[in-house]
Formats: sequence, structure tokens, C-alpha cells
Amino acid sequence: MLSGEQGPAVALSMRIITELGRIRGATELVDIDSVHIDGCIFYGQAGLDFAQKLVALGGQVRVPTTVNVGSVDLIHPHLILQNTERERWVAQGGRDLMQAYVDLGCRQTWTCAPYQVDSRPDVGRHIAWAESNAIVFANSVLGARTDRYGDFVDIAAAITGKAPKGGLHLDAERGGDVVLDCTSLSPETLVLDVTYPVLGYLAGAIAGTTNPVFVGLPADVSEDSLKAVGAAAASSGGVALFHVVGRTPEAPTLEAALGSHVDAPVHHITAQRLNAARQELSTAREDKLDAVSLGTPHASVDEIAEAHAAIVGGPPLAEGVAFYISTGRSVFAEAERRGLVQPLEEWGVTFVLDTCTYVTSILRPGTRTVMTNSGKWAHYAPGNMGVDVVLATLGECVESATTGTVTWNRELFT
Amino acid sequence: MTAITGWRVTSGEASGAVLKLDEPVSFWGGIGPDGDIIDVRHPQHGAVVTGRILVMRSGRGSSSGTYVLAELLRLGIAPAGIVLTEPDGIIATGALVAAELYDVQMPIVTVSESDYALIEDGANASVSMDGDTAVIAVG
Repeated sequence: MLSGEQGPAVALSMRIITELGRIRGATELVDIDSVHIDGCIFYGQAGLDFAQKLVALGGQVRVPTTVNVGSVDLIHPHLILQNTERERWVAQGGRDLMQAYVDLGCRQTWTCAPYQVDSRPDVGRHIAWAESNAIVFANSVLGARTDRYGDFVDIAAAITGKAPKGGLHLDAERGGDVVLDCTSLSPETLVLDVTYPVLGYLAGAIAGTTNPVFVGLPADVSEDSLKAVGAAAASSGGVALFHVVGRTPEAPTLEAALGSHVDAPVHHITAQRLNAARQELSTAREDKLDAVSLGTPHASVDEIAEAHAAIVGGPPLAEGVAFYISTGRSVFAEAERRGLVQPLEEWGVTFVLDTCTYVTSILRPGTRTVMTNSGKWAHYAPGNMGVDVVLATLGECVESATTGTVTWNRELFT
Repeated sequence: MTAITGWRVTSGEASGAVLKLDEPVSFWGGIGPDGDIIDVRHPQHGAVVTGRILVMRSGRGSSSGTYVLAELLRLGIAPAGIVLTEPDGIIATGALVAAELYDVQMPIVTVSESDYALIEDGANASVSMDGDTAVIAVG
């Protein structure tokens, strides 16, 4: 491949893969089954130049390749604000970049949650995924094997079908490093949606880039809850793999999850710590609510159904409050088939597809206080968007949206 | 003058004044479009990396840092070279991609902890390569 007999795009991609392997100390490459691309969010000309160069050189992906959100909602382009020169630059560059990845043969999934489409690699399969929440979900919940890939390497892996065999591709790197004991949390706390992003936030703060192991979570904890754990842990720390004893594929027992790390340190996760962590993430100082943002990572059909149950038939959306749900286009289509979308839209929900409310300009100018049920959104939005946040349950988000006043229980966890 | 040998992460030659950071900076969200450190929590907030030999213990932060470094190299406002104590795939990928696209070679080098301590902020330094061995002349 390096010598160019398979074309210049393959040779260029292989140079990047082999050099990265050398830098990471990998002695061989591994064949991969699928790729998830993160490089399709527009951050500047260099990313567009790279993708368009691969297109010009005749590049095509050789394994099934999904794409993360872009910078534009291709289905609702009017949602993207274009009031400033920078916003117009991002909108045009974002559109061109998304087209380049389509030209390279990627499936137009435009979601940060490809595992909610049909891209669900089996336990033990090697993949090369980018985007931190997708990486941690694939490793932890699906039991597939990906190291932390990012922009540029992702498409190079897709074009070559190979990745450096290092990091989390290897058995030795997949054992737990630190135990998070949740056995003192009450059953009421363990069934709350917002418990899980807060647990993830704490896990990232404690584990950093190592592998945390949760003990004491319900054996039937939902995929949506595990998605929330991973997304938050990958934001507050750099977690790319966690285990939940009795729930995730590599953790039938604590011993199995820890592997050789039998003396891993144990941290006790108490209700008090959870309440403190949630208060730390919630920066809002004002009572007036401007917006609610759900769906980071992209909402599943179940989560849209839960929003439908919480909203439809209840009080109307308060004047001046915007209510966003971000999701992927395929999940949206399924929600439409189930009749969930129209009643929510009539109530006032704005569905954001192909992108997310914190990576591009969607929130109205003047938006100050936003409630979300996402730990990832709560972590990034104050810096990215300059807004204040409250991390809340779906119920608190909906109630506050109907009154226009931020209402949340600061001592929710017991 | 002190001569330090290190390991080649990416190829290239460079010289410039050392900017030694008290803690690592994330290119994504940490370095602005003008080449200055925009992370308000960073102790050297406001320092300009352009043309400097950037010395920091490790990389940090989002994988989209590759994008930011490639963009700084495109605009000609990147560091002249980078010295770390451990290889960093995010930073390296930014340099590899810019080399493919814009024909700019920014050397990245790793050195031992003890040699890291020998490199002082503000000193003049030059980086050259001999195969996989990097030579850093300081002072």
C-alpha cells in the first residue's frame, strides 16, 4: 500500500497509519471491521484541504464507515445561524467538508451515536472509531476493540482498512485500573436518569485516562444510561473503556474486569459526592430559563419516547423557552414512524439532526441559561457557547420548560 | 551550550527561543487562531507559541488538537518545533498531515525527564535529526 500500487490516496493514508504506529510503539497493524469518522466537523481550512485532497487522489473507504455529526443540519439548514462572518464561514466550510466525506464513500449517518444505527461490532472485533463517546461505548458496552482515534487518522484507517495494533486493541490494556464502589447508593438514585452522567463525570475525574470499574450498578442498567456514563467520563477525563460488573461484556465478575490489576484502588461513590459533582457541573446563577437541550450524545428512540411521555398531554412550553432534541436522521425516522415526532413538534420541540447544539451556532443569541440531561453538554457548553447550565433529570427539564423558571433538587441523590 | 539527544517523533529541523510550559496545553481549545495560549486556566495564558521551540511534558486534551496544529502550520504561525517527554499521537498527526498537505516539516522530539530539566525557558535552541535520533542544542 505504501508504494502506491493501490493508488496515491491509499499510499498517503498508509504513511499516516504506519508513522502513527511507529510513534505509539505498535509493532504491527491490525485489520479493522469498521470506522467511525470524527473529522467531519469543520474547525478550519486544513481539515477541508485534507479531505478534498483524498477525494482528488481517488480515495475510497474500504470498510463500512459511519460519520459523526457535522457542523450543519443538512435537513434543517435554516437552524444554523449565519449572522456573523465566522458563522457563514463555518456553514459553508462545514457543508463542503461533509460532502467530501460522502465522496470518500462514507455512509451519511451524521451521528455521534453510530451504535444506535446498525453499526454494532461484535465482542472482540477490531475497529477504528473516533469521537470520544463512540470510542468508550464501543469498547465498554459492545466489547469491540478500538484505541483512541481522532481526526485524520480515522479516514486514513478507513481507506487502508488497518490501524496500529496498540493501546486498547491489546488484552493487556483492557483490564480495570480503579474500582468505583456504588453499593451505598439508594435504589431510588439508581433508577434516575441523571445519576448516570454524574457518575460518568466523577469517573472521568477519578480515572483520568485509565479504565474505571463500577461495582453496585443494576444488572439491567440501560444502554442509554451507559451511553451517558461514557460520554461524561470521556469529557471530564479521557476514559476510553469502563466496565460495569455484571453488566458489560468483559466484566462478568470484578476479578474478570480487573485482570492482573488485583490491587486496584477503590473509591466509594456516595450520594453526597454525586450531589456535589452535579452542583459543580451546574453553573447557572439565574432562575430564568432560556433553553433545554437534550440528546448529547444523540437521543435514542427510547429517549425520544420518554420525552414524549413526559411532555405530551402536560402543560404547554413557556413563552421564550427553546427546547431542542438532537438526534441522528435514522433514529428520527424511526421516531416519526412511531408517531412520536409530530406531537413533540406541535408542543414546541425543535429536532436538530446531523449536528449538535454545542458544536455549531444554533442557540439563539442572548441565550444564557440552559438545562440539559447530558453530562457532556454540561461540561463543554459553558466554554464553547458561553452559556450557563443546569444538569437535570428529564422531568426537571420539562417542568422548568413549562414554567420558564429553573427548578431542580440540589440534594436529589440519596 | 548543551547538546541533548532525543527520539524523532516527526522529521524536520528548527531553531528558535524555547517556550517551556509549566503544564501541558491542549491545542484544541487551548491555542487560539493567532497562535497564543487562550486557555484562561493555563499559567502561561497569553504566551505566543509561534516560532518557538515549544517544550512541555506531554500533550493534552481533545483529539481535534490535530486539526488546530495542522491549521497553525498552514497559516505559518505554529511552533518551530515541539519537545515532549512522551510521544503524543494527537500532536504528531497534526504535523504529519501538514507535511502531506503543505510541505512544512515541524520536528517533534521526545527527551528523557532528566534532559527535559536541562532545557530552560527563553534559551535559544536548535533541533536536527540523524535518523531516529534527534539532537537538540540549547544555549
